[in-house]
Amino acid sequence: MNLALADIRHGIGRFLITCVGIGLLLGVALSMVGIYQGVVREALALTRSLGAELWVVEQGTRGPFAEASRVPGDVREMVARIPGVAAAGGLTLRTAEAEGPQGRIRLQVVGYEPGRPGGPGSLVEGRALGGARFELVADARSGLPLGATLHLGADRYRVVGITRGLVASGGDPLVFATLRDSQEMQFRQAPPAARRALAAGALPAVTDTVNAVVAVLHPGADPSAVAETVRRWKHLSALTAAEQEDLLTRSVVQRARMQLGIFTVVLLFVSGVIIALIIYTMTMDKRREIATLKLIGAPDRTIAGLVLQQAMLIGAFGFVAGLVLLLSVRDHFPRAVELGVFEVAVMAGVTATICLLASVLSIRAALRIDPQQALGG
Amino acid sequence: MTAAPLVLLEGIAKQFGTGETAVRALSDVNLAVGPGEVVGLKGPSGSGKSTLLNVIACIMAPSAGRLSLAGEPIWDERYLVRDLRRLRRERIGFIFQFHNLLPFLTARDNVALAMTLAGQPRAQARQRAQALLEELEVGRRADAMPARLSGGEAQRVAIARALANAPPIILADEPTAALDSERARVAMDLLRRVARERAAAVLVVTHDEKIFDRFDRMVALRDGRVEAEVLRSA
Ligand SMILES: Nc1ncnc2c1ncn2[C@@H]1O[C@H](COP(=O)(O)OP(=O)(O)O)[C@@H](O)[C@H]1O
Ligand SMILES: [Mg+2]
Repeated sequence: MNLALADIRHGIGRFLITCVGIGLLLGVALSMVGIYQGVVREALALTRSLGAELWVVEQGTRGPFAEASRVPGDVREMVARIPGVAAAGGLTLRTAEAEGPQGRIRLQVVGYEPGRPGGPGSLVEGRALGGARFELVADARSGLPLGATLHLGADRYRVVGITRGLVASGGDPLVFATLRDSQEMQFRQAPPAARRALAAGALPAVTDTVNAVVAVLHPGADPSAVAETVRRWKHLSALTAAEQEDLLTRSVVQRARMQLGIFTVVLLFVSGVIIALIIYTMTMDKRREIATLKLIGAPDRTIAGLVLQQAMLIGAFGFVAGLVLLLSVRDHFPRAVELGVFEVAVMAGVTATICLLASVLSIRAALRIDPQQALGG
Repeated sequence: MTAAPLVLLEGIAKQFGTGETAVRALSDVNLAVGPGEVVGLKGPSGSGKSTLLNVIACIMAPSAGRLSLAGEPIWDERYLVRDLRRLRRERIGFIFQFHNLLPFLTARDNVALAMTLAGQPRAQARQRAQALLEELEVGRRADAMPARLSGGEAQRVAIARALANAPPIILADEPTAALDSERARVAMDLLRRVARERAAAVLVVTHDEKIFDRFDRMVALRDGRVEAEVLRSA
């Protein structure tokens, strides 16, 4: 007969309510970890989906995410000719607001050249962009269904493909357009301004500008060596995929990560205090039983075991309750909640440690209970 | 009394606190209880009965005197035994005023727990607990939780628990306080039987006059001193 289990079974209702309460708390802590992971993953979603191994950007910038970058479109051909480069594609990036079927939505518009690097990795529905104009591939998070139409700039676009899990570092869903469409969207001057420019004798505005050129390398090519070659050119700078990812997680979402990280730690601390209080109350409610145990000769390890096992059981059931709760609601979160086996395992370990520490106070109190308390009324 | 006493107190004193507020709960108490003997301890409230029992149970250190249990010196200015819980586990059976059964264990497991604490394997402990409960005529209630037991049944289970490790010494503090007079007498007869069969020393604190005739000897305390010892014809 296990005393901890027997006592829990005896007061199962109270135990379950306690576990649900702890579960809510741990569920929130778990979702913080999930949101943290989600922010990191979403920050990297775009770069990873594009499969770019090299980013060529404007000199002196660490673009196109951390800083603004503009390079001429013909840089693409120059990059494509560098030894080690298998293919290169121009890329534009721009945030836009558009009227979707369910109201205004914020989008990150990515322009790329179909058939060249820079497009979405894989679609869950529909088809990729081809040669046709005014077509979009949109991420499911935008809420745009296949076949939906929306106005971007002066033109009307139709959604022909759907991706999943592709958002910008701020959480805005991505939509892909052809480079040509997006350049017009981005760089075409409004007609009155264009007319004024022409009247003043300027050449028609150069629209073949991109924000970055992304390149895929030959197998075995060294990304840093190729990046070094690019950097020798005037006006250009280059980042390897690893540098770009590092930049995104270190700089672009740094504050969000720190905010979430600190909040998670605070939450775990609060959970620890609450669990400690609950275990203390549970132990003190059994003061008389513990005194009786001492009187009939139970050794300290029996009494410490009783408290510790109950603490661990509360932690375990609470953790499972929190996890189940979170997994059942996480798809309703506005941004990704990423919980892998690793994160769950780490959090389980953290919870176990919290319960262990939380029970120390109660164990000390239990061991100090005077056996005389079993006597008398 | 011919056999060596199982409980032996020599000049035991107990003082609570110091200076002006000091309370002398026990003064120069001499007492010996032999095997098979059932001794009652009576006296007005505050006369030191519980204190005396606590001293014998090694839950309270005396201020002076000597204490021996089952022939072994236990206290002489300090405890002479290191593991007092083990001593209680193996030598002393307790019966409390409010039975003090653990509410979350069945009657059988309450008894078996005392045995497993003393190192018996679980299955064997359960079996022997059941046998003990049968012996005390509460075998039918072995699977009941304490809250479902009547006062008399609970006290029998508590007695079974006290007997679990066949201790040579049984201490009881007001064991019949929660029982009606008929059940109180039955419980006392049970204790007498146990004392005889197992040659145990039984010391019972009580002010329940209904059961005074069930003791071999009655020790009366007043203000922490043994006022009188009334020897009954066995
Ligand atoms: N832990 C304690 N601290 C201080 N005084 C105590 C303590 N326990 C008992 N006493 C005092 O010792 C005296 C004897 O108490 P007790 O042994 O409980 O008497 P009884 O059980 O006969 O009613 C009383 O005056 C009581 O107030
Ligand atoms: Mg008393």
